Amino acid sequence: MTPGTFTREDSSALGGPPWMSTRRANALDRLETLVPPTADGSEVWRYSPVDRFDVGAYRPSAPARGEEGEAAAQALGAEFGTGIVVVVRNGRVVEVSRAGVPGAVVLGAASSLAERPAALGSVVGDDFFVALNDGFAPDAVVVEVPERCVVEEPIVVVHWCETGAPDGPAPASFPRTLVQLGEDAEVKVVEVLAGPDAGRALVVPVGELVVGDRARLSYVLVQDLGMGAWSIGRLAATVGRDAKLRSFTAGLGADYDRCRVDVAALGDGSSTQITSVYLGSGDQVHDVRTLQDHAAPRSLSNLLCKGAVAERSRSIYSGLIKVRNGAVRSDAMQTNHNLVLDPTAHADSVPNLDIEENDVRCSHASSVGPVGEDQRYYLESRGLSPERAERLIVLGFFDDVVERSPIASATAPLRRRIGQRLEGLLGRGGER
Amino acid sequence: MTAGRTDTLRVSGLRAEAGGVEILHGVDLEVAPGEVHVVMGPNGSGKSTLAHALMGRPGTTVTGGTISVGELDVTGLPSWRRARAGLFLALQHPIEVPGVRVRDVLREAVEASSRSAEISGTIDEEAAAIGFDRRLIDRAMNVDLSGGERKRNEIMQLGVIRPRFAVLDEIDSGLDVDALRAVARRVERATTEWGLGVLAVTHFRRLLEELRADRVHVMVGGRIVAHGGPELAEELDTTGYGAYATPA
Repeated sequence: MTPGTFTREDSSALGGPPWMSTRRANALDRLETLVPPTADGSEVWRYSPVDRFDVGAYRPSAPARGEEGEAAAQALGAEFGTGIVVVVRNGRVVEVSRAGVPGAVVLGAASSLAERPAALGSVVGDDFFVALNDGFAPDAVVVEVPERCVVEEPIVVVHWCETGAPDGPAPASFPRTLVQLGEDAEVKVVEVLAGPDAGRALVVPVGELVVGDRARLSYVLVQDLGMGAWSIGRLAATVGRDAKLRSFTAGLGADYDRCRVDVAALGDGSSTQITSVYLGSGDQVHDVRTLQDHAAPRSLSNLLCKGAVAERSRSIYSGLIKVRNGAVRSDAMQTNHNLVLDPTAHADSVPNLDIEENDVRCSHASSVGPVGEDQRYYLESRGLSPERAERLIVLGFFDDVVERSPIASATAPLRRRIGQRLEGLLGRGGER
Repeated sequence: MTAGRTDTLRVSGLRAEAGGVEILHGVDLEVAPGEVHVVMGPNGSGKSTLAHALMGRPGTTVTGGTISVGELDVTGLPSWRRARAGLFLALQHPIEVPGVRVRDVLREAVEASSRSAEISGTIDEEAAAIGFDRRLIDRAMNVDLSGGERKRNEIMQLGVIRPRFAVLDEIDSGLDVDALRAVARRVERATTEWGLGVLAVTHFRRLLEELRADRVHVMVGGRIVAHGGPELAEELDTTGYGAYATPA
């Protein structure tokens, strides 16, 4: 079905080089047959509030206006990095500061690639939201690092997504990113999704990471949208022979925050570290889905996902380790821990294994519950009040995971945001 | 003797249960400042339950009797109130707290006791005194630490927090002879430094070879069945706990 608020006219008006128009037209054709998913339709949407999703409540965002967003985006770029910044507003690349980036690196708008198409869609699978992004993303951010090229400083991509007033369709933004590393290349990329605190919006980010043989990619995605946004994101990666991917995703903002991370270990000896963190309050829903797909021998993946839910918020973690036939001596680990800070909050944790090979090592662990009684007792036995003990334990719970951020410049901003959110949720009226 | 003193750790007729079963059937003990008492007993005699009941661990319920720290009856108080009254427990199995640095816990503990917050020097000194690796002070509490390191950590914390009374639960397990000696010296020094009163529970006489005890108590079947000096431990070596009939 093509939703009435997302028309072919809207799509074709986005312009760009012919290869982009062709891609969009193709996506509109796919949308004719795709429908928004339902929570009981498949495992990957189970427990999600997607049944509440009304595509007609949104329309494609217009080019961003106002200097407020521009200043905020610049500030985020400076906060999370050291100077290399790409600013994207409502899906349009508006600024690229590339001082310090080797000339051979392609960094910027896909629409500036007139002669050849960017390899968009080569990694991510298809579904209604990917097709919507394909059809209505005005542009894409492309980071292409050629073989043996190393970019030392982190590249920060800030996606500023505007919101709309309560009445009428709210703006929908379609951030799109492709990071492609040639053989033995190295780069660090931070993406920040942000927008105004107030108002509604739909944000459908799609990121694709192609890590070539022996290449090294560190990747951080921080979703810090306003609490009226629905963010339905997909991140997909392929990791080549002896290559290393370290990804870190943080879900902080949004009313509904979904982040699906699919990593395919395609190369012999590849190594992947996947980290995910979320913090829910109010009526937020955080929804993390992961796939560790081992298709090559001796591939390693290590996933740690930790989150806390407070007040009436909810979280879903569902992850699958898949080891395909032939991926001998693969080593996959999956850990999900959830802190439930209030009795009205709820967390679901669903780890899964699908192993087709014998000679492998796979493990998973998951937990859901309040702050551990033993930990609390231990700190209280040192004279800390229950409020102070809980605060330290919860901050520590997050510190333990934030420390895994593979990009140093993102660690302090992440810690700051989580700390600020927790200050409001913990130790309310507590005695020191 | 201590009769009539109001500055002691006093346990009177203490009854406690764990998992719905009464383990302590009326325990009386009194530790004065600067004294070292050792409670010995076989496995299952209730020594650890005594330690937990004193500190107020969830799951251990006091069903009778009283616990006083000085003039304050702490029997009904939560653990943190007991700690602030001056009680400290070195756990048999110290607990991991991921992401929470040892230093941060100590800073909050000392602040809670309304003393100076500047404790870095003290932490370093205390760590050195018992051979606790200083780098571990800025790592997560007890995470990835060996059994011996955890025990050293407990005593390091004891030295920084400076409680009035310390309960040491099987502090000797997991420590080699040198480490046990260092721990014993530190605890003994604390008895004169600030008058720490010590109640150590153990089922090995080994502790008494290092720690100079003023009083030894024998615990069997949830009761103290004998009191004496350090010579009592030697007697136990030859007679065993079997000489003390388990009361019906």
